[in-house]
Amino acid sequence: MKVLVAVKRVVDYNVKVRVKADGSGVDLANVKMSMNPFCEIAVEEAVRLKERGIATEIVAVSVGPAQAQEQLRTALALGADRALLIETDEELGSLAVAKLLKAVVDKEQPQLVITGKQAIDSDNNQTGQMLAALTGYAQGTFASKLELSGDKLKVVREIDGGLQTLELALPAIVTTDLRLNEPRYASLPNIMKAKKKPLETVTPADLGVSVASTLKTLKVEAPAERQAGIKVGSVAELVEKLKNEAKVI
Amino acid sequence: MAILVIAEHDNAVLAAATLNTVAAAQQIGGDLHVLVAGSGCSAVAESAAKIAGVAKVLVADDAAYAHLLAENVAPLIAGLAKGYSHVLAPASTNGKNYLPRVAALLDVEQISEIVAVESADTFKRPIYAGNAIATVQSSAPIKVISVRATAFDAAAGEGGSASIEALAGAGEAGTSSFVGEELAKSDRPELTSARVVISGGRGLQSGENFGLLYALADKLGAAVGASRAAVDAGFAPNDMQVGQTGKIVAPDLYIAVGISGAIQHLAGMKDSKVIVAINKDAEAPIFQVADYGLVADLFEVVPELEKQL
Repeated sequence: MKVLVAVKRVVDYNVKVRVKADGSGVDLANVKMSMNPFCEIAVEEAVRLKERGIATEIVAVSVGPAQAQEQLRTALALGADRALLIETDEELGSLAVAKLLKAVVDKEQPQLVITGKQAIDSDNNQTGQMLAALTGYAQGTFASKLELSGDKLKVVREIDGGLQTLELALPAIVTTDLRLNEPRYASLPNIMKAKKKPLETVTPADLGVSVASTLKTLKVEAPAERQAGIKVGSVAELVEKLKNEAKVI
Repeated sequence: MAILVIAEHDNAVLAAATLNTVAAAQQIGGDLHVLVAGSGCSAVAESAAKIAGVAKVLVADDAAYAHLLAENVAPLIAGLAKGYSHVLAPASTNGKNYLPRVAALLDVEQISEIVAVESADTFKRPIYAGNAIATVQSSAPIKVISVRATAFDAAAGEGGSASIEALAGAGEAGTSSFVGEELAKSDRPELTSARVVISGGRGLQSGENFGLLYALADKLGAAVGASRAAVDAGFAPNDMQVGQTGKIVAPDLYIAVGISGAIQHLAGMKDSKVIVAINKDAEAPIFQVADYGLVADLFEVVPELEKQL
């Protein structure tokens, strides 16, 4: 079966972001960019499905600027067969991205779409669920295990308080949680091979999708800094402070 | 203008996060209705009707809603939403699962995990793992919003007398089914609503050593959490994880034991009222956010702390 994997170019997870002084956003100039960690897990899962002979073709898709080709090349190096960039310099919201992905799903007809559960920049946690709504497919969000049998997909999900197992009819949308797998590193030969794999570029207009937004970011500010407190010398002093100063016990 | 709040529950008990979500709705202002979608959930509906300030409780009691599967519950909520200016749900794993599906069915953008209400159309929400706070304004006809429960003080759970109205269920979508659930059983309070949380990190060295924290937690009536490092090392199950990729907590007292304080952990607990850090490394970043730091060997001081309480 064909698997579609969505990947997003985001600030590297090791970068400590800074808010711009004018409050217009975070400063991304000269900052390392990478594939969103949850998307790496999505690519890895698709590659494992192919290695087990379940997936026959993996198509990686990204919505973003021309530089997002780098992340698609990474996906190709990890094992995706071909890639599609929906190129836009606008920062799109989840609904617009979901509509673009829906257009790709209509064309590619994958049996399974795997996305990350959230991107570590906008922290929306929406795109997979929205794509599921637009396609009418079942959704297995926050997946920690996938098991395919016939035209059914068993998904173990990370939920508050434990794990939940659902059975979904295919085609379906899955969003990845951290424990689904541990992504591999791309090997040098595979990085070289990835350069020759097909990467197509289209625009939202080519797909006939309007990406207008009703959400406006008025300002972005740094969170309130927490002041470091004091060091206590002993357990007795700690208990005394918690009882009499903080009054929390 | 009327607001619909989606209740969080397990068909037996109304979850506390519902009260925080109602509080966020009250800050927006308007007639407040609560939807209880579930199966055999009449006790939940009765609890919801007692929440102060709620005018009406809608109950959709149908086997299809027993586990709040998004495929079944999203069309129900989207159908109701057209009569409201705002639809709010807690940003629990349930809310995060069904709410974007509702928003997309309505063709509106969702505002995720708000931490403050500025006005009826303007909200604050954390981005970049809480390293920045965005103020966003929505011109969508229906504002679909998930609420970070810890950012709002709970509405009063008693004193209201809302009317209860039964809705017909829309049945199964037929694309998904519930197979099973493995829930951690614990007599301790739930992590996200506990007044005191004690979390352990890699410094605990093993899963067995978490026993030290459990003993202390039982003394304090606390919930026990873990850092991602401790979860990755297999010391604790993932549902105990506190941090950006786990649970967000904001208790009155947070005790971090053997936790260095990675950014991703701080994102999950830095809004706690009082933070205590116990770590033998005086340079650990956790001390930069702790109100009270104790530089010591946790294996000596945790049992001592338990004795002195």
